[in-house]
Amino acid sequence: MSEATRLSHGKVRPGLIVTWTVLFIGGLIMVSPLAFMFSTSLKTADQIYDLRLIPAAPTLANYIAVLADGRFMRWFFNSTLIAVIVTVSNCFFDSLVGYTLAKFEFRGRYFIFLAILSTLMIPTEMLVIPWYLMSSQLGWLDSYWGIMFPGMMTAFGTFLMKQFFETVPNDFIEAARVDGLNEFQIWWKVALPLVTPALSALAIFTFLGNWTAFFWPLIVTTSKELYTLPVGLSSFAVEQSIQWEMIMTGAAIATLPTLLVFLVLQRYIVRGVMLAGLKG
Amino acid sequence: MATIELEKLVKRYGKVEVVKGIDLSIADGEFVVFVGPSGCGKSTTLRMIAGLEEISDGTLKIGSEVVNEREPKQRNIAMVFQNYAIYPHMTVRQNIGFGLYTSKLDKAEKDKRIEEAGKILGLEALLDRRPAALSGGQRQRVAIGRAMVRDPSAFLFDEPLSNLDAQLRAQMRIEIKRLHQKLKTTTVYVTHDQIEAMTMADRIVVMKDGVILQVGTPSELYDAPVDVFTARFIGSPSMNLVRGRRTASGAVMAPVGDILIGVRPHDLIAHATVTGSNGFTVTGTVSAVEPLGPETLVHLDVADTSIIATVREKFVPTVGSTLTCEAAPGDLYLFDASTERFLGRS
Repeated sequence: MSEATRLSHGKVRPGLIVTWTVLFIGGLIMVSPLAFMFSTSLKTADQIYDLRLIPAAPTLANYIAVLADGRFMRWFFNSTLIAVIVTVSNCFFDSLVGYTLAKFEFRGRYFIFLAILSTLMIPTEMLVIPWYLMSSQLGWLDSYWGIMFPGMMTAFGTFLMKQFFETVPNDFIEAARVDGLNEFQIWWKVALPLVTPALSALAIFTFLGNWTAFFWPLIVTTSKELYTLPVGLSSFAVEQSIQWEMIMTGAAIATLPTLLVFLVLQRYIVRGVMLAGLKG
Repeated sequence: MATIELEKLVKRYGKVEVVKGIDLSIADGEFVVFVGPSGCGKSTTLRMIAGLEEISDGTLKIGSEVVNEREPKQRNIAMVFQNYAIYPHMTVRQNIGFGLYTSKLDKAEKDKRIEEAGKILGLEALLDRRPAALSGGQRQRVAIGRAMVRDPSAFLFDEPLSNLDAQLRAQMRIEIKRLHQKLKTTTVYVTHDQIEAMTMADRIVVMKDGVILQVGTPSELYDAPVDVFTARFIGSPSMNLVRGRRTASGAVMAPVGDILIGVRPHDLIAHATVTGSNGFTVTGTVSAVEPLGPETLVHLDVADTSIIATVREKFVPTVGSTLTCEAAPGDLYLFDASTERFLGRS
């Protein structure tokens, strides 16, 4: 605790106690679904309506059952593949377009930027119908590409990267130009490494967004082999007459990559979020 | 190494002409300094030479070849920027070696050049550090190193010492000058600091409002400036100017005279006791005193003008006192009062 949070004679300020209490309750509310998810995943079917957080007889049977189910692993693979490809695509294209808009003077630049930005104001639910029609006409329904194409490049990512590239001094770019690098090399070797925090933030949010995506993958896919994890888990519920312990086990496993991303990139997340003023 | 020829070089931004058809010939191995106030077009000219700005009109030749349409990388020039432009995510070694990124040299040769540049610039012990761990002077040396390793036809410097403190600036001036003497590469250097221009240049190009006012050696510019602007821009403190008229023996102050009399502060000497003089004398009231150690600068109010004189004796005039200063015959610069062109010395 910093000195500023205490009164001069060492006592904690009453206001601070209220703040902590509110934060603690808020934290509890946010963590409790996760805690119950893990708790339920360790229970047998007849125990799931027993709301005790620590199961009377914890078991890993659900995990074994879920992992042994080939469909679950397939959905896990689908989600991973889609999230990774879309993330890489976003990092590449959003930063390329952001760099171009930030560092090149050309006619219509501002108009293009506004046009990209304006798409942020359209809710996803409204875009689903045109996406579906497009997918249908181009034969992309029920395919990986059909799931991925709407997210391969985003207005948010372009905007974020543009703002960051604007902070890169022009001297850096011109020095590289004089040193003989072509424009792609300058972007790759000089500009991109200087916006790593923003790129990390973009990568993290894109990955998480795609990992948890439900609505569009549900609409565009019909084959169970192409389901992503959230879609697969929901179908699991319908087919298995809502086997909560299995759903919670699947959901618990599904959080692992997310946790892994956070653990590995924690430093970048904090830095990126602070720099970009973002919220997840 | 190469010559650089500017023929009627013009730069326009829309309808605004910022460089107005300048001509200049830079010899092989020469160190030329562009100097002038902010907005005079000196940096724009340098950037046109580098290929970072399109040339609106005129011809630019590097080594007798017209390079107007060539990309920067095809001109074989290296540039050092005001803000160093060294990359924070690379080590000193990588930064210096970055100048060779597109080079077809083998790795051993590249490493050799990096080591050599590091040695010449005193960066050997710092090669594996990142720029954040370097001082301003060291960063500037890294930027110079990156330019050096390419063995370019010409070096271009765009106000490279502006971000350094006075002491470091003086040190780096000497280092760059020594480097030029060693490498003998054609160098074009832009600065707004006339001391840098005077101390480093083989020739100085004085620019104002997009045109070249004068090209010459530092002593030519100091001794025979073409006009009042150049006379006041070169030399520190600036030349004193008063209205006057010619006389048989030289010139005297006259409020409605047809000439401007220029006298450099270091040539206008104040004495503790006035002695008879056959030179130019000025009497005024002391308004400020600047002791510099070996000498003292004295600001005098003379009629409606403020002039600066030098005291080399061991006395410090008091503010408000009356002081007479004199300049020896031959130390005056005469200018036409209406055109401000240089008329000659007196």
